[in-house]
Amino acid sequence: MSSEVSDVAIRIDGLGKRYSIRHVQERGQTNLREVISSRLHSLFRGSRQDGGQPGRNGKSTEDIWVLQDINLDIRKGEVVGIIGRNGAGKSTLLKILSRITEPTVGRATISGRVASLLEVGTGFHSELTGRENIFLNGTILGMSRKEIRSKFDDIVAFSGVEKFLDTPVKRYSSGMYVRLAFAVASHLDPDILIVDEVLAVGDMDFQKKCLGRMDEVSRQGRTVLFVSHNLPMISALCSQCVLLDSGRLVAKGPTETVLPLYHGASFTESRQPASHDEPDGRNKRIELSSACVTNRQGEVIDKCSIFDDIRISMTYAISEDVPEAVIPMFHVLDEKGEYVFLSYPHDWSPELGRQAGLYEVSCHVPAHLLNDGSYSVSLQVNTVANGHTLEFFEHHALRFIVMDNIHENPYREHVKYSYQHPGAVRPLLDWTLTRKDTDD
Amino acid sequence: MTKNPTMSERDVSTERAREMSETNTIVIEAGRTNRRYWRDLWAARQVIWILAVRDISVRYKQSLLGVTWVVLRPLLIIAVFTLVFEKIARLPSDDGMPYSLMVMGGMVPWVLFSVSLPDITNSLVNNSNLIGKVFFPRMSIPLSSMSNAIMEFTICMLLLVVLMVFYGVPLSWNLALVPLFGMLALLPSIGLGLWWAALNVRYRDFRFIIPFIVQFGLYVTPIGFSSQLIPERWRPLLYMNPMTAVVDGVRWCISGGTTALDPLSIVGSLAISSLLVIFGLYYFRKSEKAFADVI
Repeated sequence: MSSEVSDVAIRIDGLGKRYSIRHVQERGQTNLREVISSRLHSLFRGSRQDGGQPGRNGKSTEDIWVLQDINLDIRKGEVVGIIGRNGAGKSTLLKILSRITEPTVGRATISGRVASLLEVGTGFHSELTGRENIFLNGTILGMSRKEIRSKFDDIVAFSGVEKFLDTPVKRYSSGMYVRLAFAVASHLDPDILIVDEVLAVGDMDFQKKCLGRMDEVSRQGRTVLFVSHNLPMISALCSQCVLLDSGRLVAKGPTETVLPLYHGASFTESRQPASHDEPDGRNKRIELSSACVTNRQGEVIDKCSIFDDIRISMTYAISEDVPEAVIPMFHVLDEKGEYVFLSYPHDWSPELGRQAGLYEVSCHVPAHLLNDGSYSVSLQVNTVANGHTLEFFEHHALRFIVMDNIHENPYREHVKYSYQHPGAVRPLLDWTLTRKDTDD
Repeated sequence: MTKNPTMSERDVSTERAREMSETNTIVIEAGRTNRRYWRDLWAARQVIWILAVRDISVRYKQSLLGVTWVVLRPLLIIAVFTLVFEKIARLPSDDGMPYSLMVMGGMVPWVLFSVSLPDITNSLVNNSNLIGKVFFPRMSIPLSSMSNAIMEFTICMLLLVVLMVFYGVPLSWNLALVPLFGMLALLPSIGLGLWWAALNVRYRDFRFIIPFIVQFGLYVTPIGFSSQLIPERWRPLLYMNPMTAVVDGVRWCISGGTTALDPLSIVGSLAISSLLVIFGLYYFRKSEKAFADVI
């Protein structure tokens, strides 16, 4: 028990946050006069037993739960991506964990030093110089002066603004500003790092630098919570993912299993909490029995030519009749782990394939779809009721290589071009060649 | 080389265990944030310091006269008050003290109060970008915002000494007590400031109220005139103003103890100020949980 507890960096129990939204109030700030007059009004109305609508005086408030019933354990050293649509409650969750705002119900237990980066350059003052802002920002983010002094040269080197260190940051270009700010932030030394979307700024080069830094941080065994809309970034950095929708936790698990849920499915329609049990934690109703890639002749293959049609198939057993709908999916990823596509039967209907039995599903991948390269297929079956339940997910279960033999390609053959073409797909498109300078 | 690996391993593990127990576990729960409040505030002292330094270094950026304003402002008020109260209204000064020196005695603590009160009141709103984005004890912000007032107060004390030398008034050891009276002037400002800063987060009206209050205070506090001019029976009312004792106190320091300083006024000032501070703290602590949501 105790070892289990010390293993957990963040434990969240039944966390919820409610905001009261005043309807008529349109301006951001309240005015003392409005409060006094509305108090007077309500006094008056109270004594007269007014029968009017309650919302008449700008007093109607509506409670909105931006987070509800969040239960989550994050182990030490995990890098967890938090994904969800706008307004799903991601930022509120981070704000609660950063102690910026209080939860309405529930609790979170955090063991370790926390640093949160909800913004690039928090507290930067435009009138102050780069040097002054390093100290200001560093201190606000929780570093001691001694710490900043010892890391000062590294910070400056990382930011690349040495020459402008004694210039007020209001004269900086926005790129320099962001670089300096991130340089400070990336030299924080917390046990738990909470990052909100801050990497969305800056140029590509700098983003790459930041990603490298984040990777480094996570490899040092720190716990990282990371909100982003950049899914490739999430899948590159995070081993685990949490999916929020309308303030509720919809799924938690390995990134490869959670990302597809965010990608394709229609989970937003359901307001019910989806079950998000660990797939191995209970009796499996649906189990994968086999899978393969075959060619047109039905032979199992692990490589094929770009000119070949292939078929991906899997067989799974349903041990008891399932009340929910069952949906099989294939995830095809390239060698860098990027998605090529996610596919499920397009003629699928909820009644299909719910009885106990053995099923084979297969999908045809036509020739001239995939570029040459190596691919992996992850296999998944979900059941769908008020949310998605993962029945199984086999990550990288199948691998195959698509080859482009240069002898089969007249152009390549001619120029002896043997490098891989860029891109995930290599469609065979219709080209025309017409001579335009002759009349006939 | 590895003489006793088990030994060093054990050292490391005990070291780690000690570290583990020391790494503070934070529990976040509704209404629970307050438990380690003062410890957190103490831990944030470097934040308070750097925000204070920031406020000072930013204030006079891009102003032509810069810090000279700190000296100019009280000098101008002294000139006006001396002209109006001494030359036109022909009011007597305390115990034969040069009139403008007497006004200066009032201005020194008044600067502290009148600069710090608006600064504290507006501090949270001015730092709203911090409040929504990073955690540190919110109290650090109003506390650090007093830095400019304290700096101006220090400069005015030096100015006071210069004026005393100019008028040939002997410097006495009592002057060492001026900072003490300064602290007494800061208390009501902290009390009111914390209260209004918290209110200001929700109701921005205080931006407009504060200049009026400071202006008003300048006249109900015996700054341009001697408190001895107030008839005996109205004195208790005068002592309700915590700044009365402070002003009289500083004048008492200047005169080397010859001008009147009613102990009752000090008691009154302390009592009112303490009440204000207690209420300010209470109100601030009560409302600070919602700052990030409202600001």
